Amino acid sequence: MAMTADRQDFSAFLRPAEGGGRSLELLVKGARCAACMSKIEGEVRALPAVESARLNLTTGKLTVGFEAGAGDPSLVLERLDGLGYPATLYDPGKAAAARDAEGRKLTLALGVAAFGAGNAMMFSVPIWAGLFGQELGPATRTLMMWMSGVIGAPCAVYAGMPFFESAWRSLRSGRANMDVPISIGVILTLVISFIETVLRGRDAYFDAAVTLLFLLLIGRWLDHRLRASARSAAADLLAMQAPSATLVGEDGVERRIPLSEVAPGDELIVRPGERIPVDAVIAAGVSELDKSMLTGETLPVRVAAGESCQAGAMNLGGVLRLRAAARSEDSAVAAIARLVEAGAQSRSKYVQLADKAAALYVPIIHSAAALTFVGVWALGFGPRVALLRAVAVLIITCPCALGLAVPAVQVTASARLFRRGILVKSGAALERLAEVDHVVLDKTGVLTEGRPQLIDPVPAAIAMAAPLAKASAHPLSRALAAHAGPTLLADNVVETPGQGVEGYIGGRRARLGRAAFVGVAGAPSSETELWFGVEGETKIRFVFADQLRADAAATVAALKARGLTVEILSGDTFSAVARAADAAGVEDWRASLTPADKAALVAERTAQGRKVLMVGDGLNDAAALAGAHAGMAPGAALDASQNAADLVFSGERLGAVVEAIDVSRSARKRALENFSFAALYNLVAAPAAMLGFVNPFVAALAMSGSSLVVTLNALRTGAGRR
Amino acid sequence: MDILMFLAPASVALALVGLGAFWWTLRSGQYEDPVGDASRILVEHERPD
Repeated sequence: MAMTADRQDFSAFLRPAEGGGRSLELLVKGARCAACMSKIEGEVRALPAVESARLNLTTGKLTVGFEAGAGDPSLVLERLDGLGYPATLYDPGKAAAARDAEGRKLTLALGVAAFGAGNAMMFSVPIWAGLFGQELGPATRTLMMWMSGVIGAPCAVYAGMPFFESAWRSLRSGRANMDVPISIGVILTLVISFIETVLRGRDAYFDAAVTLLFLLLIGRWLDHRLRASARSAAADLLAMQAPSATLVGEDGVERRIPLSEVAPGDELIVRPGERIPVDAVIAAGVSELDKSMLTGETLPVRVAAGESCQAGAMNLGGVLRLRAAARSEDSAVAAIARLVEAGAQSRSKYVQLADKAAALYVPIIHSAAALTFVGVWALGFGPRVALLRAVAVLIITCPCALGLAVPAVQVTASARLFRRGILVKSGAALERLAEVDHVVLDKTGVLTEGRPQLIDPVPAAIAMAAPLAKASAHPLSRALAAHAGPTLLADNVVETPGQGVEGYIGGRRARLGRAAFVGVAGAPSSETELWFGVEGETKIRFVFADQLRADAAATVAALKARGLTVEILSGDTFSAVARAADAAGVEDWRASLTPADKAALVAERTAQGRKVLMVGDGLNDAAALAGAHAGMAPGAALDASQNAADLVFSGERLGAVVEAIDVSRSARKRALENFSFAALYNLVAAPAAMLGFVNPFVAALAMSGSSLVVTLNALRTGAGRR
Repeated sequence: MDILMFLAPASVALALVGLGAFWWTLRSGQYEDPVGDASRILVEHERPD
């Protein structure tokens, strides 16, 4: 092979940067401290053609700037690897999407609202003092009201924009969301307050309008932060899997390219341990494919030139040369993607708690305000007093509890889960998870670890085979080598893809691999196995199986203890699923299911009125994940499954499922408590406003007080039980 | 009370300066990497180019 084979061309990952150069984004693992940061930046900057290198410690993203027309990303990757920080490349398209323009807009609106609330309040305090008989002449009071209005009103208009826009959108589609009463309340308050100021009246609510928006924006901002951080963490998880392909150019040079750029007819190379990037036909090479992500089946499948293979399968054996048969979007994933989309649509119809509350709240409050206006006027107080009281009702019943408390609860809950390695993609996901009453588990990769482990290790036998096992990269060999202590490597090792390895141990020829390769005649077995034999001696058999996760049985028991029913739906064989179900303590299970079967069964349970939580990792689970009431996927899952799932958990523990359910239930309880508090508060405040007991001071006090209570309550989420 | 005519606009002007400063921090990306910025002060300055 040519020299170029070692160094791949990654130029497809470069992006044009300002000033004619090009830039590259990488995700760097393990950089945590100031020293790592300066070392990484310094070393990368010292590379040829590198102009700048800046590491963002918060996100772990390294941005490298190259001089115009030069630069080799593979040098950067090599150097980082040499420093001990493995890095993966970001797809340029995805990196650009990560820029958070909406977040900045929201933050600025929050800043403006804070400024407006503080300064309008400053001029309101003298007015409040005047309410209690202090010396404040009518002229000074009007001046104060003008100052408060000049500062408060523009700020309220600017900070209210996110709400006005959302209210307008919702009205145009013929529905009324929570932002409609907020917008009506704020606009009406501003208008009435200006009229009062002009008429030299007593009550102006400029400060109340801005403060209301400030408190609501905090909720909105928290909600945005939650979704943005979950999105970027999810993107990082997927970048770790390096969704890229190795393209062999016509000149024989290998290039790494983003998956989305693979075209049919491209020649690709897939090394052992890598996944098949797109549906393809094998042009050359022999190997074994692990299709467990696609079908749930744990037994590897042998493939040779001329056969076709599907995207997502893992190459276990030799190097494969492929001829791409489809684009990434059109690969076997496509059929599943359509099912995922259908599921996601049904899920988007889910109405969140806050919106449910808003549907109840909006008509009640608006009728109460209208009733106040009509009633007070009818009682002979005149239209001005009637309008002021109606506005007081709108302000005092401010929907802070709905706008602030739910996001606060969800942020607290997802922060708690995040610390335990569980990623929540949205607040709605948390709400749906809390309602779950039936759990469907996939077997391979969820109940089990998803990779083979040696059963019944015999130390003497392992020690004999270890010199050969350590020389091979095959997953079974590695599982075997993991049990062996330090040992010498075998000499003259030759690996035959799809068959096994041969080498010399202590001068004698030995083989490790398939039964036929080692010289055992016909020994079929349902299990994954490896044979070892030194020439002329008895052959030894090693049996492997996909082991249950250590806490699988405990997790199933914990789920049952919480009143949930548990079921296994797997694509693997009958006997394999039966064994796993028995060990985990699950009575309900089905085997040999296709991806469509799984989705259909989940839909069937849903039709029976069950709220299903699907936990799955493979492509065969993606449709079921999207169709279920809530979906969870382990961090090692394929990107299609992670995209379809609401929650992603990293780490080895299946117990994350139980933790997530506990925290989501606790969050739901806190949110409902907050709603009850808000209802109770409005039950007292609304009549008081109708009767005219509310003035701007009382309104300000009540608003901050109620917001504080719901926020403090939200902070209790998930506390107590571990 | 005439002093109010001076003090009130002065206080608002000061607050506007604060708002402007906040806008500047936001624009110049100072909230992008809080962890990194906290660490950077511990690192010796790069050679002036």
